[in-house]
Amino acid sequence: MSTTAIVINVFALACLILAFTKDRAKTKQSLKVGVKSFIRILPVVLIIIVFIGLLLGFVPPDEVSRIVGEQAGFGGILIIALMGAIMNIPALISFPLAASLIKSGASIAAAAAFITTLTMVGTVTLPLEIKELGRKMALLRNGISFIIAIVIALIMGVLL
Amino acid sequence: MNEEMIRKQRKAFVRDYAIMAAALAIMLVTLLVYPDRVDGVTTASWNFFTEMMMILPAVMVIMGLFAVWVPREIIGKYLGKASGLKGILIAILLGTLPAGPLYIAFPVAAGLLKKGARISNIIVFLSAWACIKLPQEMVELQFLGPKFMALRLVLTIVFIAIMAIFIERVIEWSDKRGTKAREAK
Repeated sequence: MSTTAIVINVFALACLILAFTKDRAKTKQSLKVGVKSFIRILPVVLIIIVFIGLLLGFVPPDEVSRIVGEQAGFGGILIIALMGAIMNIPALISFPLAASLIKSGASIAAAAAFITTLTMVGTVTLPLEIKELGRKMALLRNGISFIIAIVIALIMGVLL
Repeated sequence: MNEEMIRKQRKAFVRDYAIMAAALAIMLVTLLVYPDRVDGVTTASWNFFTEMMMILPAVMVIMGLFAVWVPREIIGKYLGKASGLKGILIAILLGTLPAGPLYIAFPVAAGLLKKGARISNIIVFLSAWACIKLPQEMVELQFLGPKFMALRLVLTIVFIAIMAIFIERVIEWSDKRGTKAREAK
């Protein structure tokens, strides 16, 4: 078990114990909510894990790196940022996916662009956002978020 | 939660499990056709699976605790009042709480706008809700390491604040122009 995993589990356990001493009923309800979300996200996790296995097992690193690696440059970052903007998968899953992309040859910048557009830009939820917040605000937020994601990715590519 | 939402959730649930079954079937068939790839594929999948399962239950416990102990109304109460730099900070903090996907935040944000909350606060709140949630950062830490996670977090916060102020200016400017044009008629 990695240090990170241990820290996260200890933190969760500490929160749980603290909550339990304050209010048993509320804590039980929290656990129920947690189990429900776990069951809900599990299939998505497994789908991505199958995808990661096939990606790492079949696609040679040269191929991935040619499209979204260091030598692909700005074009690669743009492609993967667009993918992140269009895809609608839970953010939690984007991290193992990005890690597997790096493992199979993608650049750090491309991984950062993917995660950032995936979380901040929502093409699928855009109609809902327009309905709730108005066309101007929704389009500005998504458009500028996309540009920001690319800028963040470029800075991370330089620094890491 | 109303009935329509429950129905939608149930539909999504069935759909996700169906896609999962299809994905597993595709993997099985592919591995039967290419037996020489079995090792590579299963090792990669297994490694990511164990890494995920080591933290996912803990992450879900934390999300569950927050969902029950910090009701959504509290978010509205604090965000509605705040302004300026303090407002931006509160918006970031509130957005960080794990309370569900982004589309849940839209109605909250719309309600706050109607009550007169600042546009910049709302943009910061939505963006923080979308991309700097506590459980998400934990998974990012696990898979991409502390350097990647910390740098992306800092850059994201900085750029979200800049974007929020920019969007507020643009919307206020265009609203003003709209009123002037109407007055001129």
